[in-house]
Amino acid sequence: MPTIQSIAGELEPHPDVALVARVREGDVSAYDLLVRKYERQLFRIAQHITQNREDAEDVMQDAFLKAYEKLEQFQGNSKFYTWLVRIAVNESLMRLRKRRTGKMVSIDEDIETEEGSVPRDLADWAPDPEQNYNQAELAEILRKTIQGLPQGFRIVFVLRDVEGLSTEETAETLGLSIPAVKSRLLRARLQLRERLSRYFRRNKVLNESRSVK
Amino acid sequence: MTCKEFLTHLDDLIDGSVNPEMRAELQTHLGRCGHCEVILNTTRKTIEIYRSHEIYDLPSGLRDRLHTAIMDRCKKGC
Repeated sequence: MPTIQSIAGELEPHPDVALVARVREGDVSAYDLLVRKYERQLFRIAQHITQNREDAEDVMQDAFLKAYEKLEQFQGNSKFYTWLVRIAVNESLMRLRKRRTGKMVSIDEDIETEEGSVPRDLADWAPDPEQNYNQAELAEILRKTIQGLPQGFRIVFVLRDVEGLSTEETAETLGLSIPAVKSRLLRARLQLRERLSRYFRRNKVLNESRSVK
Repeated sequence: MTCKEFLTHLDDLIDGSVNPEMRAELQTHLGRCGHCEVILNTTRKTIEIYRSHEIYDLPSGLRDRLHTAIMDRCKKGC
């Protein structure tokens, strides 16, 4: 008969748990592995929020240094990565605030409150529409499009869809409720879809005479 | 089901978190609404494109420099 311990043992601990434990015991090389593992993601998140390369570099460094200093405060009831992302998001918002000379910056800014409506641009896209652009053009289109989203939608989309955090982790990281994350995610996805349609639509438009119910 | 009702379940459908009954209702709507089918497919594609393309790359030279700076400071106790 399996004991409670053996059942618990079947749940594989996240590999970061052992690395964090080693860092706490003074093994800096274990932190080196954690930094290597997450530096790209943190840089991306910082760049999406600050929209400035130098700021993103600074945020990435500061977030890792702060996490190292505060590792004792890491409770272990959330994933190390989620905890790290929360530090990077806060550092990014602080950096934006500095740039705007003290003006309050929060993830709520630019959020409209009205309900989302049924999208109007209903043109289908070409199959593999990204093939019509070279890598540099495509990256520029994707950057320009996501930069046009309100900050509060952009962060939710990036954490949830690009970086793969769960709805719960995104809510915890941003200090939002789960319904707020869901609502922002839907609107972010729809707005991005609509904006990308300008570049990716087929020439042929669906039968416009069909009314939207 | 109206298009607006379909939209309220769009994320759950994309994320695979709808129950079988709701999935069947959504599929029925999709079967007779080309507009919602386009919205579903192009929204899925939007997510996939952003997931699979690196738009803020960190060149390896810069990454190594930043990495070294971080680790140097950690070794000194920050």
